[in-house]
Amino acid sequence: MPMIEINAVSKWYGPQFQVLKDCTTAIEKGEVVVVCGPSGSGKSTLIKCVNALEPFQAGTIRVDGINLADPSTDLPKLRARIGMVFQHFELFPHLKITENLCLAQEKVLGRSRDEAMSRAMSLLDRVGLREHAHKFPGQLSGGQQQRVAIARALAMDPIAMLFDEPTSALDPEMITEVLDVMVELAREGMTMMVVTHEMGFARKVAHRVIFMDKGEIIEDRPKDEFFGTPRSERAQIFLSKILAH
Amino acid sequence: MSYNWNWGIFWEASPEGVGTYLTMLLMGLRWTVATALLAWVVALVFGSIVGVMRTLPGRTIGIVASAYVEFFRNIPLLVQLFLWYFVLPELLPQAAGMWLKQLPNAPFWTGAIGVGLYMSARIAEQLRAGIKSLPRGQAMAGTALGLTTVQTYRYVLLPMAYRIIMPPLTSEFLNTIKNTSVALTIGLMELTARARAMQEFSFQVFEAFTAATLLYLALNAIVVFGMRRLEKAVAVPGYIAGK
Ligand SMILES: Nc1ncnc2c1ncn2[C@@H]1O[C@H](COP(=O)(O)OP(=O)(O)O)[C@@H](O)[C@H]1O
Ligand SMILES: [Mg+2]
Repeated sequence: MPMIEINAVSKWYGPQFQVLKDCTTAIEKGEVVVVCGPSGSGKSTLIKCVNALEPFQAGTIRVDGINLADPSTDLPKLRARIGMVFQHFELFPHLKITENLCLAQEKVLGRSRDEAMSRAMSLLDRVGLREHAHKFPGQLSGGQQQRVAIARALAMDPIAMLFDEPTSALDPEMITEVLDVMVELAREGMTMMVVTHEMGFARKVAHRVIFMDKGEIIEDRPKDEFFGTPRSERAQIFLSKILAH
Repeated sequence: MSYNWNWGIFWEASPEGVGTYLTMLLMGLRWTVATALLAWVVALVFGSIVGVMRTLPGRTIGIVASAYVEFFRNIPLLVQLFLWYFVLPELLPQAAGMWLKQLPNAPFWTGAIGVGLYMSARIAEQLRAGIKSLPRGQAMAGTALGLTTVQTYRYVLLPMAYRIIMPPLTSEFLNTIKNTSVALTIGLMELTARARAMQEFSFQVFEAFTAATLLYLALNAIVVFGMRRLEKAVAVPGYIAGK
């Protein structure tokens, strides 16, 4: 059974605009899948559908076998098991780094303060930010904030991680520090769905690459095949554009 | 103009029988403060509920909330106080109406709650704007962590929204104080009413309203000072608005 199963998902904004068209794919446990494609192709929308941050009108999505659309599904519970990292970090600015990491552990998982704190500190250690534990998000650089955001997601002991362009709001010199954390995570066997244009990352750790355009999944292939000979013209044009710089 | 200045008037016995004119004004100030504080609490509580409702996705909830805002914001405060004080008791079942009319300090309760509801519409709009000014991703991040909608508001959105709207809240607080003077029309003997009474009994109109003005200014200064302190106390280190 795949960890994430997306089956014939379609989504409309309003009556006219179809943002997702019959998208189907599956991500196995431990698999790392990179999603790429031109801006506006529906990558963010698709990834947000996976933890039901966005509703969709047709198709089914199952995470760990649980159907999102099933009325008996406890969505907050399910979301707590899926980590998500955003382009703009979305740390909570009024909370210290430790509180950012503890909040959902305590309020959602019901962990005690001590438990949550020790999990938080060990994760901050892991992303190299222990000494910043008592600062506020606004006092950290973008790269540091994104590492905190990854740690915050990991603190919930997720069964899968979703990344939506985690490095595209970062200054170039900070991209590596975030990618390093993600590479390590991938190598440890985390199930990951990563929207990114960092093809270096894709080459290094992805198992599969999905290419989207205009709401459709155009290519969904093993990494080596994708970088070898992408079948579609659109994927080739896209690749030549982003690899050019 | 032949006007007999008499600044000593404040130390003369007031016609109320107890104390001087000064104590009379200070009694008025006490009612002003009490009315403003209760009105402020009412405004914050109802304004917060309605302001949050206006940011929720549900359509019905949104319509109810905006009807509330339009009603309380667009009917003149004076008319609202008359409605609560003179009209409402007549519309209620007889027993309830009687109970309302005979309530001790009825002008105070009606004035405070009336001003509070009027102000709550404005607070609701401020809070809605504050919540809307937060990046959309903030609510998403809360939701993605498994927080419920209530928890997302409680721990993520509202703490920042209230901080952001602190400056406009200060001026709404000042407006609340000023608006309590309208309650003199339903018989609340607050500061403005007492200044008028002092003028009627002593004919020292300038002294009476100078004193009232200074007392209002002092009250405002205290509120501004307090709110500044609060703003500083809850300021978020490193946070730059709009980022
Ligand atoms: N809330 C929304 N309402 C209407 N259209 C939207 C909304 N969110 C996104 N879109 C549109 O949906 C399309 C896909 O958006 P998105 O998933 O963010 O693309 P990507 O992440 O691939 O750049 C875009 O054309 C975008 O303008
Ligand atoms: Mg996007």
